[in-house]
Amino acid sequence: MADSNESIWQVMQEKGYSRREFVQFCTFAATAAGLSSPAAAAVVEAFEKKQRPPVIWLHFQECTCCSESFIRASHPIVADVLLDALSLDYTETLQAASGHAAEKCLQDTLKTHVGKYILLVEGSVPIGADGVYCTIGGRTAEDILKEAAKGAAAVIAWGNCASYGCIQAAKPNPTNATPIHKLISNPVINVPGCPPIADVMVAVVTHILMFGRIPELDAQGRPKEFYGRRVHDTCYRRPYYDAGMFVEAFDDDKARKGYCLYKMGCRGPVTYNACSVTKWNGGTSYPIQSGHGCIGCSENGFWDNGPFYQHLPSFPGFGIESTADQIGTAVGIGAAVGVAAHAISTNLRKRQLIHEQPIEPTPTPEEGKVK
Amino acid sequence: MSNRIVIDPVTRIEGHLRIEAVVENGVVTDAFSAGTMVRGIEKILKGRDPRDAWAFTERVCGVCTTVHALASVRSVENALGITVPKNAELVRNLMFCAQYVQDHVVHFYHLHALDWVDVVSMLKANPVEAAKIAQSISPWEKNTPGHFAAVQSRLKKYVESGQLGIFANGYWGHKAYKLPPEVNLLAVSHYLDALEWQKELVKIHTIFGGKNPHPNYLVGGVPCSFNLEEVNAINTERLNHIGSLIKDAITFVEQVYIPDLLAIAGFYKDWATIGGGLQNYLAYGDLPTKGYGNVDSFLLPRGAILGRNLNEIHEVNGKNVEEIKEYISHSWYKYGAGDGVGLHPFAGETEFNYTGPKPPYEHLNVEGKYSWLKTPRWKEHPMEVGPLARMLVAYAKGNTDVKELVGAVLKKLDVPITVLFSTLGRTAARGVETQIVAHWMKNFYDELIANIKGGEMNTFTRDKWEPASWPATAEGVGMTEAPRGALAHWVRIKDGIIDNYQLVVPSTWNASPRDSKGQRSAYEEALIGTPVANPEQPVEILRTIHSFDPCLACAVHIYDPKGEQVHQVQFY
Repeated sequence: MADSNESIWQVMQEKGYSRREFVQFCTFAATAAGLSSPAAAAVVEAFEKKQRPPVIWLHFQECTCCSESFIRASHPIVADVLLDALSLDYTETLQAASGHAAEKCLQDTLKTHVGKYILLVEGSVPIGADGVYCTIGGRTAEDILKEAAKGAAAVIAWGNCASYGCIQAAKPNPTNATPIHKLISNPVINVPGCPPIADVMVAVVTHILMFGRIPELDAQGRPKEFYGRRVHDTCYRRPYYDAGMFVEAFDDDKARKGYCLYKMGCRGPVTYNACSVTKWNGGTSYPIQSGHGCIGCSENGFWDNGPFYQHLPSFPGFGIESTADQIGTAVGIGAAVGVAAHAISTNLRKRQLIHEQPIEPTPTPEEGKVK
Repeated sequence: MSNRIVIDPVTRIEGHLRIEAVVENGVVTDAFSAGTMVRGIEKILKGRDPRDAWAFTERVCGVCTTVHALASVRSVENALGITVPKNAELVRNLMFCAQYVQDHVVHFYHLHALDWVDVVSMLKANPVEAAKIAQSISPWEKNTPGHFAAVQSRLKKYVESGQLGIFANGYWGHKAYKLPPEVNLLAVSHYLDALEWQKELVKIHTIFGGKNPHPNYLVGGVPCSFNLEEVNAINTERLNHIGSLIKDAITFVEQVYIPDLLAIAGFYKDWATIGGGLQNYLAYGDLPTKGYGNVDSFLLPRGAILGRNLNEIHEVNGKNVEEIKEYISHSWYKYGAGDGVGLHPFAGETEFNYTGPKPPYEHLNVEGKYSWLKTPRWKEHPMEVGPLARMLVAYAKGNTDVKELVGAVLKKLDVPITVLFSTLGRTAARGVETQIVAHWMKNFYDELIANIKGGEMNTFTRDKWEPASWPATAEGVGMTEAPRGALAHWVRIKDGIIDNYQLVVPSTWNASPRDSKGQRSAYEEALIGTPVANPEQPVEILRTIHSFDPCLACAVHIYDPKGEQVHQVQFY
């Protein structure tokens, strides 16, 4: 295990790498990060000198699911992250000290590592009623956020709360819960999800440490690395969607065969996240694989995009058929009839390949055996 | 000499908790507990599809994830008269048990242990001696001199780096820490083992519910389907995975958590006389074996204890309007009939009334209102909820598993049952419960396999799924036990949407401010008499507060920002 006080070069030396290989590694890292050769030299220097970067984790209006998700990381495991990769100087969930002693940890890092610490924020900030809806140590969330953001080298918004406001910002947003990017001038890396996937969270932090720069972001500030594709694009049930084979009711014959959950309200077609590739909890499963549609928890305003079990064409503005168009059917059809039309047209093309009837008869609803 | 200590933030908990304690001559003589964050989730639920409510309420808390979802689907099923299939009951019970075991272990090692374990002291330990101690109490495979030496060396480098991270500014060296260096080393080593293991057990949620935290639930059953002829459903491979996770969980609890708990407790027997607090205990119970409607079938029984009288268990009825009332004398709300009255939720009002100091502030005005938590009372009594309450009710009701294990633990520590009424007792009760629940989890798994073997595959009851099948109005209560204590949701459905939704959560019972009669709630009462050797390092206060496993996001929900009266139930 790497000594926390060692540079990456020292770690590689211990593992038998040559200086030449180290420079190659750094060049690769810099290239991967899109840096030019002079910048690559700076990366070599940074990696040689690197101590564990100080990290501050603030908690505001949240449920701590992001922290809980973070400690579920499987590669690397969270103990390795905490002991080897970074120095988590302030986190209300895990730190030993409380009260003044905890606040001192925060203040020490803010003062001694100006411009060098990474700021992680879990939770939205209520700006209603002068901030009395969330105070810590007698100070408002907004006050603490702004102070901590000033000297941050990078700011990461964990989860849907810090990225978009999440549940407390759902209508009627009683506390005026606000995402952090609206309150500070720093560029913010949004890592949405309720919560985000553990290994994605760790990857976003280690991306910065490993490559010496923040990941490429999309227009919404999300790392393209994990939020560049819709759950639908890489869903393993996608062939059923294309073939028009849908679950019609929970636990029906089609559910038991793992057909597409689109008609059960699945938001996979409009949700950008890594669930269907990275999956959850060490690759164990993800919502669709376990029989429930995606509720779109990484999307802005998803709580007000319900009801969750009503399928997409019932809602104006979803544009689901643009999806159908993209996959090649390209028929100009109205949203309400889109699914069936798409299913039939796709199946006409594919029936020979899949040897299955496109539209199966709906079975009579079977009652659960009740004990 | 009197000294007012403020601890804010209280760390190693969920949420935002502030404790103000008056210390005289080295002992706490008065205490005030305040929740300092509010979101308004009940208000947000109004007008939504009741089948979606589980997802909203699950986000009340990500630490006790799943329990709010469970309470929510039960409340809607209770309102609509839905009975879930046996398989769904078993899957829910398995998810419940997995949550308990994971959450209790994380609480012990990652939220509570640093109150008892001195991380810096372990650097002086002899790893060979530590391994001898560890091997004398457990066959855990990592209890070796080599492993302990590696952990010690790793932590030594960490400390020498000068970057102490989560261990910075801890109360290391405080005279309240009593463990020898070798036991500290053992505990820190298992802190890391537990951190690595806890992520495994939750995979039970991921297999049945797709993810953790916040797995998916479903009104009428569970969303997963079983199919032994299909790779695309819960099949033999998935069930095997769950079986392995349960086996490993039992091993971890029996070989790591329980031996550590007993070893550490042995050095802190003085804490069996500190932190007892209230004498009343409340449990709603859970783990139905013959349907949620059959309370007598619950493995964790329902009941209330008054005055620590274990010979009499009082019945608890979630629908009886005379039983639970809420007070706001010291909460930032106001009632039309005056702040001194207590209102049953069905006659309740919620009008926001922040009267606290303008931030930034040094002290709250504890003579007046000082918290976002309301103050619930059961038949006017303040009640403690949580593992201790559950184990006491189960013990008093004669549950064989609980009686046997509690008896064995008391014998091992050579202490009478009265020691349970304490900070140490609360922490011990959580361990006892974990071990029992881990075995029940195995029993539920075996029953599920038997059910499937018998051809029963259903996981969902479909007849009341469509809102068209619902009555114009319906009301329901969903009661459960969060790891931290009694939890209930109340829902009123009108014309297919939520007309009103209320939650009564464990940390509101425990962490609330005093009532209009001046009766303290559980945290405040338990702190009275707690010694504080050094007001700058109040580790003793943290011991008692952490013994409750605070969860503050749960405890605070609703207010009305415009100060309008809301003539609806607002229930915490």
